[in-house]
Amino acid sequence: MGEIRVAVLQFPGTNCDYDVYHALARVLGVHTELIWHTLFRGDRYDAVILPGGFSYGDYLRAGAIAAHSPAMDQVREMAKEGKPVLGICNGFQILTEAELLPGSLLPNDHLRFICKWVRIRVETTRTAFSNQCQKGQVLHIPIAHNEGRFFVDDRTLKELVENEQVVFRYVDERGEPTPEANPNGSVSNIAGVCNLEGNVVGLMPHPERASEPILSPFNSNDGLLIFFSMLNYISRKT
Amino acid sequence: MEAVIRYKPAARDPEAEVIRRDLLLKGGYGMIKDVRSGKSLRMIVEASSPEEAKQIVERACNELRIFNPVAHTLEVRVWEKSA
Repeated sequence: MGEIRVAVLQFPGTNCDYDVYHALARVLGVHTELIWHTLFRGDRYDAVILPGGFSYGDYLRAGAIAAHSPAMDQVREMAKEGKPVLGICNGFQILTEAELLPGSLLPNDHLRFICKWVRIRVETTRTAFSNQCQKGQVLHIPIAHNEGRFFVDDRTLKELVENEQVVFRYVDERGEPTPEANPNGSVSNIAGVCNLEGNVVGLMPHPERASEPILSPFNSNDGLLIFFSMLNYISRKT
Repeated sequence: MEAVIRYKPAARDPEAEVIRRDLLLKGGYGMIKDVRSGKSLRMIVEASSPEEAKQIVERACNELRIFNPVAHTLEVRVWEKSA
């Protein structure tokens, strides 16, 4: 197989693109390209990452305008082909608005922007972005968002659980998804979900900000597990 | 026309909860039992009738996901310009 090529999409207002680039290209040595959304061609890449930020100023709703970018047709095609697609924070919001992922991300229940380190528990290892984790493993990764309250109705929540589409949950120091560990009022403490096939994943925490021990108060680099999983998934498929 | 977008009843509406708890209840308006916040979009539409204008706005809101059907309800009504 040839060199793995990963695209990091840039929309107007994206601001975590260089952090993702740094984690992939400099920390992991992966061929990574920053691509302006109107120039994006999915067939040139093995995976695509939609990074965080405030695309289109979060006008209307976070991610709602970017979801209509022509780039999203390319992302949709990649998703259909089984290629890994990751949405981080605003990227997660874009993927839900584009209906590539279930649910919706509403303003935090306390109505404040929140920026802090949290613990998330890996609920399934079947996805393109969690296969190098252990089920039940707790990762230290920071969040930074205003609209992170994951919402689905009760029926959809039941389906997500049954279909193993809940990938990450916010948990406390004992690894339990308690109300106190829920930073934004998300339904069932959900921090990340995947599509039915498991190749499209979105999460509110920022793995790129937890990719080097120097960045972490826990001296950890748990975020790399998410990127290692992507690389492993691509290698197994090709 | 006016398109009003609100949270579905199943979704918590923290802004409305604060308005009720910290303004209405404290200000003696306990008789106001429920509040829901929302977003109102006013649109001027070229159409042959109010019904047609309503259909156009509803179609646009659905096609372009002006509201998010996962979390929101949409109400489209004729906006009466008051004096």
